[in-house]
Amino acid sequence: MRAVFLVAGAVFKESVRDRVPYGMVMFAVLMIAASYLISQLTAGQDLKIIKDLGLAALSIFGLLIAVFIGIGLVSKEVEKKSVFGLLAKPVTRAQFILGKYLGLVLTLAVNLVVMTVAFYLVLFYMDMTMPAMVKAGWPAPAPDPRLLIAIGLIVAELALVTAVALFFSTFSSPLLSALLTLGLWVAGHFNSDLRRFENVVDVPAAAWVARGLYYVLPNLAPFNVKAEVVYGMPVSATHVGYTLLYALVYISVLLTAATAIFRRRDFK
Amino acid sequence: MTAAIETENLTKDFPVGFWRPRPYRALDNLTLQVEAGEVFGLLGPNGAGKSTTLKLLMQLLYPTRGTARILGRPVGDVSVRQRLGFLAENPYYYDYLTAEELLSYFAKLFGYRGDDVPTRVTRVLDEAGLGAERRMRLRQFSKGMLQRVALAQALINDPEVVFLDEPMSGLDPLGRKQVRDLILRLRARGCTVFFCSHILSDAEALCSRVAIMAQGKMVASGKLVEILAFELKGWELVVANVTGEARAELDKRARQVTPLADGRFMVDLPPTADPARLMHELSGRGIELVSLNPVRDTLEDYFVQTVAAAAPRQTGGV
Ligand SMILES: Nc1ncnc2c1ncn2[C@@H]1O[C@H](COP(=O)(O)OP(=O)(O)O)[C@@H](O)[C@H]1O
Ligand SMILES: [Mg+2]
Repeated sequence: MRAVFLVAGAVFKESVRDRVPYGMVMFAVLMIAASYLISQLTAGQDLKIIKDLGLAALSIFGLLIAVFIGIGLVSKEVEKKSVFGLLAKPVTRAQFILGKYLGLVLTLAVNLVVMTVAFYLVLFYMDMTMPAMVKAGWPAPAPDPRLLIAIGLIVAELALVTAVALFFSTFSSPLLSALLTLGLWVAGHFNSDLRRFENVVDVPAAAWVARGLYYVLPNLAPFNVKAEVVYGMPVSATHVGYTLLYALVYISVLLTAATAIFRRRDFK
Repeated sequence: MTAAIETENLTKDFPVGFWRPRPYRALDNLTLQVEAGEVFGLLGPNGAGKSTTLKLLMQLLYPTRGTARILGRPVGDVSVRQRLGFLAENPYYYDYLTAEELLSYFAKLFGYRGDDVPTRVTRVLDEAGLGAERRMRLRQFSKGMLQRVALAQALINDPEVVFLDEPMSGLDPLGRKQVRDLILRLRARGCTVFFCSHILSDAEALCSRVAIMAQGKMVASGKLVEILAFELKGWELVVANVTGEARAELDKRARQVTPLADGRFMVDLPPTADPARLMHELSGRGIELVSLNPVRDTLEDYFVQTVAAAAPRQTGGV
């Protein structure tokens, strides 16, 4: 287990020294700040715009970090052959994969914490500056702790996407892995539509394919509770629990598959 | 005593070609044994299959056929890596780490803790001849400096068996000498050294035994002196101040006379020539001797002969 943590630590160090995530975090913070300006233009009424944009920024920039760093991690090591030095040490390939994964999830989590802090600062400022009359019209308080539920599920979704990226990058090129991961992310958000597709078409083969895809592709829609939180609607604890469990199972399967592929691989 | 390294019929095919991949045999039935404490050289021209052999031994590649054991354990056994060191060909490590950070990362992977880590790191970096630049990011390292880092990391765990793929490549003459001395120190410590090289003088100075490979096959193995007939093949004489008459005399006796710069000539004499007598005769005509060297078979010649003798490269066939 120590080897796993050491590899994870190295991944974290790499991403801290790499400037790419800083750029993304900066951009996200800017976007959150900009949303505040936009809401000022609409006479300070629309707290929802800030929350919508803020959560969207978190999720999009988190996705970009997950995909672009996640894919580089394994394929870059293999391509540049630094993996030779590492795997000659007493480190199994499974430890290597798991370490890379945990390091990346840690990186993502830290980045998201930074963005979340920025987000809440804007919301607190809003809360302090707005007159009580305006505040009375809000469906939820500005620095609503329930936003953390939405953010927590975003982190879980990103952890799943990271596992997808890692899985692809154990056997395909970085570019292809990036495209496949982004494709799967999009498909994952429209997955529930596949279920409905079944009822619409008459061709049984097409319905079967749709059903198969529905079960194989990750279903990312349950991770998105942004609207509920922003509009002050309830999010049940069972929903959150099941979604987290789903993420955990899906991630375990992906990492097992990634390890199985990686273990048999020749490094040329 | 069991052998430190043994391979049996080790064979590796790579699929080549995009549409109809065919197996290309990079290593063909390699069977060899290296005793503990030996410095063993795996020699051969580029593409002979040396790196492939090392990668199979480190299980970076899986063999098509055959087996390999290190310290009595199959190569897949991760725990045996605790006792191994490996220097890859054209090593590359993480750009964003300094040499010291890289080495401590690796030391920790070997399970060392606390003060032991910096102590080891400092010692192996000193041993590999890396100075203050050890605090720089590897991104800024030259090829030779990286090679030294790579050497250092191969020694961080006081390995019992060290695998070195072209350890001298990219090093300046001083660096090559340092590496040679390092290998000798390892040998003195009782460490088994298995190294690949296409540079033969390195092997001549270091190895107790060698295997020579060409095109994936082992073509010879044993003590270098036994493999090579170090017989005299001729003399190489460089002379100056040659008059026309002397030139004619040289032409008569030599296999070839090649004019060099500054009015000098290189004279290629057959092994039967007696250069001392010739010089005596020629010096009467005012010729000056610049240098005289015996020409013997070298490993280079051996490579050239074996490669020329081998049939054109085959693909496929299992
Ligand atoms: N990944 C690969 N795919 C196809 N052929 C390869 C691959 N790696 C090595 N080879 C071939 O195998 C042979 C042996 O290569 P290698 O072991 O690197 O030689 P050496 O280290 O002795 O120079 C070469 O002819 C090389 O072209
Ligand atoms: Mg090689």
